[in-house]
Amino acid sequence: MVYFLIFISAIFVNNIVLSQFLGICPFLGVSKKIDTALGMAAAVTFVLVLATVVTYLLQMLLVAWGLEFLQTILFILIIAALVQMIEIILKKISPSLYQALGVFLPLITTNCCILGVAILVANGTEKLPMGAEHNMLTGTLFALATAIGFGVALVLFAGLREQLALNKVPKAMQGTPIALLTAGLLAMAFMGFSGVV
Amino acid sequence: MNIENNALKTLTNGILKENPTFALVLGMCPTLATTTSAVNGMSMGLATLFVLVCSNVVISLLKNLIPDKVRIPAFIVVIATFVTMVQLVMQAYLPAIYEVLGLFIPLIVVNCIVLGRAEAFAAKNTVGLSALDGLGMGLGFTLSLTVIGAIRELLGSGAIFGLHIFPEYYAMLIFVLAPGAFIALAYLMAAVNKLQKKS
Repeated sequence: MVYFLIFISAIFVNNIVLSQFLGICPFLGVSKKIDTALGMAAAVTFVLVLATVVTYLLQMLLVAWGLEFLQTILFILIIAALVQMIEIILKKISPSLYQALGVFLPLITTNCCILGVAILVANGTEKLPMGAEHNMLTGTLFALATAIGFGVALVLFAGLREQLALNKVPKAMQGTPIALLTAGLLAMAFMGFSGVV
Repeated sequence: MNIENNALKTLTNGILKENPTFALVLGMCPTLATTTSAVNGMSMGLATLFVLVCSNVVISLLKNLIPDKVRIPAFIVVIATFVTMVQLVMQAYLPAIYEVLGLFIPLIVVNCIVLGRAEAFAAKNTVGLSALDGLGMGLGFTLSLTVIGAIRELLGSGAIFGLHIFPEYYAMLIFVLAPGAFIALAYLMAAVNKLQKKS
């Protein structure tokens, strides 16, 4: 039950994009079409879960050696290396998957939701529902749920923007402003979930 | 004269013409997340300003030593070093603000403005100009974050910089919450667009 609640909490109540403000750049950047949004969501899920597991283990080493101040530098390097590695491995093992995700992978290094979630989980400060204990399993589930939450928000937003493209928008509002306004309304809808978990 | 002109242009470029928030639309995460009040927005802006200036200076000094192929990882290491410095200093001397900004201090590393300026400006220009560019961009970022923070604080809690302007029960709490961030920034950006078209 607790594991189920982690998913509800991270996808709806504390959505990473719409209430935690992480990963806004890809949220605004690759949300013009549902297809690309799905590709980005899949790539983020893949990298986020892997990065969280790796950085969680690394943090244990850092704490054991008393090197916690190196966290930011090491984590970003690990994430950059991991993304590069995934890219190389995917190219070799599954060219079709690489074709689908390839373009999004380099963008992910500077996606702040990867580093953000990695730091949250490593420090044990992620928002878990009541009764959930912080350990590697809940941390990994939290990362997976967060990535799904990112995907849900991204795909919903892309759907809205596809419709929006057909409408006439005042000149000053075109582009980013109207996208932000739409995101604001979406965030307001997600606020309705607050207090559920 | 020409050099002075060039320097001035570099400095004001980031504040007005290429404002990171309103013109380049970079660094949206901290812009939306940390502007719940004017003070928070300003502190985030200043932290980014420090990192921008320092990383621009160091990268322009090292630009001939860094091999082209590994320049991005090298830039990231330089940036992450300064971010860690900011993080440790804030934790020690400004614990209250550090608590509020929390996760977004280490996340300056992945703020596109910092890496963007390193790659687009510092890697090609002299130390002096790079420092000015970092200063200008940082000031532009600080300015827009402070303005957004002030507007959200005024609408959301009836105060600016903690100074009460009207009673709190007239305030619209939504502007301090997540949706208000998107909506306030959307209208501000539209207003800036409109003003730019006119001039």
